[in-house]
Amino acid sequence: MFIPHTKIEQEEMLKVIGLKSLEDLFLDVPESHRFPTLNIPPSLSEMEVMAHMQTLSAANETTRDLVCFLGAGAYNHYIPAAVDAIIRRGEFYTAYTPYQPEISQGTLQAIFEYQTLICALTGMQVSNASHYDGATATAEAGVMAYHHYRGKRTKFIFSPAVHPQYRATFRTYMSGYQGITIMGDENLEDPFVKPDNLSSLVDFDTAMVIVQYPDFFGRIFDYTSLAQSVHSKGALLTIVVNPFSLGMLKPPGEFGTDVVVGEGQSLGIPLSFGGPYLGIFATKNEYMRKISGRLVGETVDTEGHRGYVLTLTTREQHIRREKATSNICTNQGLMALTSAVYLSLLGKHGLRKVAEICYQKAHYAAHQTSKIHGYRLCADSPFFHEFVICCPNSVEEINMHLLDHGILGGYDLGKDYPTLKNHMLVAVTEMNTRDDIDLLNEVLAEVAND
Amino acid sequence: MNYPNDLQYAETDEWVKTDGKIATIGVSDYAQDQLSDVVFVEVIKAVGEMVMKGDVIATVESVKAAADVNCPVSGKVIAVNEDLSQSPELINSDPYEKAWLVRIDMSNPDELGKLMDSSSYEQYCSERSH
Repeated sequence: MFIPHTKIEQEEMLKVIGLKSLEDLFLDVPESHRFPTLNIPPSLSEMEVMAHMQTLSAANETTRDLVCFLGAGAYNHYIPAAVDAIIRRGEFYTAYTPYQPEISQGTLQAIFEYQTLICALTGMQVSNASHYDGATATAEAGVMAYHHYRGKRTKFIFSPAVHPQYRATFRTYMSGYQGITIMGDENLEDPFVKPDNLSSLVDFDTAMVIVQYPDFFGRIFDYTSLAQSVHSKGALLTIVVNPFSLGMLKPPGEFGTDVVVGEGQSLGIPLSFGGPYLGIFATKNEYMRKISGRLVGETVDTEGHRGYVLTLTTREQHIRREKATSNICTNQGLMALTSAVYLSLLGKHGLRKVAEICYQKAHYAAHQTSKIHGYRLCADSPFFHEFVICCPNSVEEINMHLLDHGILGGYDLGKDYPTLKNHMLVAVTEMNTRDDIDLLNEVLAEVAND
Repeated sequence: MNYPNDLQYAETDEWVKTDGKIATIGVSDYAQDQLSDVVFVEVIKAVGEMVMKGDVIATVESVKAAADVNCPVSGKVIAVNEDLSQSPELINSDPYEKAWLVRIDMSNPDELGKLMDSSSYEQYCSERSH
């Protein structure tokens, strides 16, 4: 309950600081700026607002209206109706992290289930209660490595095939740290470089190597030997994952990685510009005290009943104060719950089945596209549900044509990789029918012949 | 509160026990009482490292707070108590014996002169309790 202070209390406070009225607090703001005339239209009734907002909303073209082949980190999957029905329960719908946690047993249990599912999917030992999105989770892995080596190791090595926005966020996050170097992706001449080539950059000054699985181009690599060479130099390995793919792929924990982070949107969270999305962060037991955010544990109460507690918040400010090594004191509660509900509804076999459908459809699409004159499949490695095609025209132009046919085309890789002009990243999910895929290829052929 | 006679104490609540040039260091009974239940101890210096008086050698974290442990003397770390990572509660139950943190081969034993004896430290603690 929010209790605002009373008139009497306000007067007492003003008296203490020697002011007569609340207005006196704003004397430093020039008078002409205190209450400027705002150029806004007259107010509308609720009915008029609804009509106005619906007009605005109708101007959007969404994945409900279009056939979507756009992925690049956010994917158009089917979300069972039960997901929304469950997460909209009033007891869950307050998304914020509990500040008096143990009183909210249901919230803690939901987080505990989420952590358990993430550990099972990734093959890691501990998962935190989640972060805002895949990009912040990746950056938090870097902060963890920095503090793990107490600033003594200063090199962070990125595969150029890690999501460009994650790499940008990482650089923003780390910009306040003195003397560190972020490398491996600075020269994008060959963005398709194989992960093992990163090994040559790893030395005893390297804190962390960061790769993606499947990578930004959809490719699947076995990172076992990379993990070995990273460890031989005493450094840490982080793998950025699409957790959805782990329904059928080998869990990254089996490569021997130290940290797994990722974007959890593909697990039942709708596509939205700006989120809310879900940051996944999992690691080995030995780094448990180094993880950012919070961790929920299961215990028993004084009567022996099962209960949940906020077990660890080791890097947060409320215990460590000025010694805290992370600003993250929250988690993405509602989205973590969403993914837990989604995973529970699909189950182990269901998730595997949907992942396999995506895989098969993507391979069908890639095969069909590669047969069209002028298009070339840039896949020298196995891929999951996303692949790169080299096009005869600019991706922008092709996408305009596709949009005329109600198709949201793939991602224009030239935006992030100068050497990948005319390269389109195409994502295929269970939402794309065979007819959709055939239509895509018909239009692609049409564009090439223009 | 216990303030053993054979130890010397720093203003930041570390104790020092000397045996020739070897100094054993831990945190005092007063410090553990202020911190309450200790849940994590991390010694951040390794055997062989040189430390200067005042350097942070460890962090002790309780359910209430995290505190740095400052080294009261300069020298080389010759031993680190590995038991504390598994049993941090030793800081509460046995601060002066089992919960020693590090052993230092002192490079400047004169620094010991700046430390308090048991009765001065007891006085110092009782002043802060009010």
